[in-house]
Amino acid sequence: MSTPTPPAENAIASRTIALATRGLSKAFGSLPVARNIEINLPVGARYALIGPNGAGKTTLINLMTGMLAPNAGQIMLGGKDITELGPQERVRRGLARTFQINTLFAGLNALEAVTLAVAERRGLAGQFWRGLGSHGEAIDEAYEILRKLRLGESCYQVTRELPYGRQRLLEIALALATGPKVLLLDEPAAGVPQEESGEVFEAVASLSDDLTLLFIEHDMHVVFRFASHIIVLVGGAIFTQGSPAEIAADPGVREVYLGKRKHG
Amino acid sequence: MPPAVAALAPQAYLQAQSRWHPLEIAFWLSTLLPFFLFPNYLSLTSQIAITALFALSLDLILGYAGIVSLGHAAFFGIGAYSAGLISKFGWGEPLTGLVLASVAAGLVGFDVSFVISRFRHFTLIMITLGLGLLAFEAANRAHWLTGGSDGLQGISMWPVLGLFKFDLYGYVAYIYSLAALFVVFLGVRRLINSPFGLALRGIRENWIRMPAIGADSRAHIRKAYTIAATIAGLAGALLAQTTENVSLESISFQRSADVLVMLVLGGAGRLYGGLVGATIFMIARDQFSGIAPQYWYFWMGMLLVTVVMVLPNGILGGLSEFYARWRRK
Repeated sequence: MSTPTPPAENAIASRTIALATRGLSKAFGSLPVARNIEINLPVGARYALIGPNGAGKTTLINLMTGMLAPNAGQIMLGGKDITELGPQERVRRGLARTFQINTLFAGLNALEAVTLAVAERRGLAGQFWRGLGSHGEAIDEAYEILRKLRLGESCYQVTRELPYGRQRLLEIALALATGPKVLLLDEPAAGVPQEESGEVFEAVASLSDDLTLLFIEHDMHVVFRFASHIIVLVGGAIFTQGSPAEIAADPGVREVYLGKRKHG
Repeated sequence: MPPAVAALAPQAYLQAQSRWHPLEIAFWLSTLLPFFLFPNYLSLTSQIAITALFALSLDLILGYAGIVSLGHAAFFGIGAYSAGLISKFGWGEPLTGLVLASVAAGLVGFDVSFVISRFRHFTLIMITLGLGLLAFEAANRAHWLTGGSDGLQGISMWPVLGLFKFDLYGYVAYIYSLAALFVVFLGVRRLINSPFGLALRGIRENWIRMPAIGADSRAHIRKAYTIAATIAGLAGALLAQTTENVSLESISFQRSADVLVMLVLGGAGRLYGGLVGATIFMIARDQFSGIAPQYWYFWMGMLLVTVVMVLPNGILGGLSEFYARWRRK
């Protein structure tokens, strides 16, 4: 299971980079949280971002998606510099994310929430003279996304009443509805009991091969199973990166990350 | 997937959300009752319709998009003074006056929306409060134009459609105000059930998620705020035209606070909350001020505290909860 999946390898071979960072740096006051980060995400890749707590993993996602502004460096999406663009503009260009802590529309049901995201992508959300119910294509597209994530049956349930595991899936559904080329998943199974977290990652694994993925995850079994490439972040800097086999064999990684976890 | 789990197809489900409920039809039919039951109170019912329209406009931004405002009377007042001045300077035709006055309020609302859309919560309360006070003092100082504390005098309206003169009993005034309320309501109802209405609810439910689904919340808020200001201006213009008088009260903080109270009483974000709240507020004010002209706000305070404590989602929120519980049995 530790060998990379073929589609990712093909993408690496074709040398097309979906998302890249160049010398990305950020400090909160005197505390550096991102130091000179260079990442290349090939099209269709399944990358995992790991590291001890406080390593700056979520900060990196915030920098990539424009929720934080870097002090230095660039972010390139499909070869174009997006460093100066706001978050919603990046989403419109195909860079979506999910949140570690559920950031959902509590009072909307799953169908409404995903339809909203689809309507935003299709440029319909500013329309106030036509009923929502008349936009059949957008609704069908939203329902199809929900169905793929096995949320079809609970799509009329208000988000705040959905079981927690389904809310995690809705996080992903909302991101998918923006039609992303690159999807950044911040601990997609955070808070889900371990025996159910596989279900979330099965859903992630079943996503289109064209979609480039970067996910943060703490569970090493999950990481080794689903990632084709692993980036280890420590203290805001890239400590090392490589295939799951390389990372598993790296004594340095064991020390700073795996070892620490084993000792609690 | 087991069959018949989802009772309705997604599109049919969303279409059903915007279907007219029999209670809605009953509500609108009941607005005609005053003609038969209380023909002596038509000037009050006309004011209720106008106030309901004002509350509806606040509901659009506060109830749906979650944009707080403590200065909404500014737009009501701009509409009222504009309508009054248009008539005073020689154009007494009501419908065009109504349109021009609400456009004036809408233009000011559009300008202000660039500030409003950048802030949230407490900051926004202070900003709207400040803007409301500015508008009030501007109207107060511009005595030469607005009549200041003496009120704007000399308004004289031509007959509606050239046929119906505003009468002492308020027949025409009530029909005119009610028709305006109904037409605007239809528009707002459509807006609420549109993709844009869904986006407004998205802003209310999660301001942080909106950019992460590619939404430009500020553009949405600017649009909603401009529409709300236009409707508030229309309500103000209706009051100026039907009473042929504009007082400073129409642009006062009191009016901003009152409309907020009405919306909270009725239930914000429920389309009918403002209408029900305005009706209860206006009737209560009429009755309470009959009991004790000086102290009627005391009773209003009692009513507000009681409703908010017992029914946190307003009267309509409480009723719909009760209805849902009753149906489950």
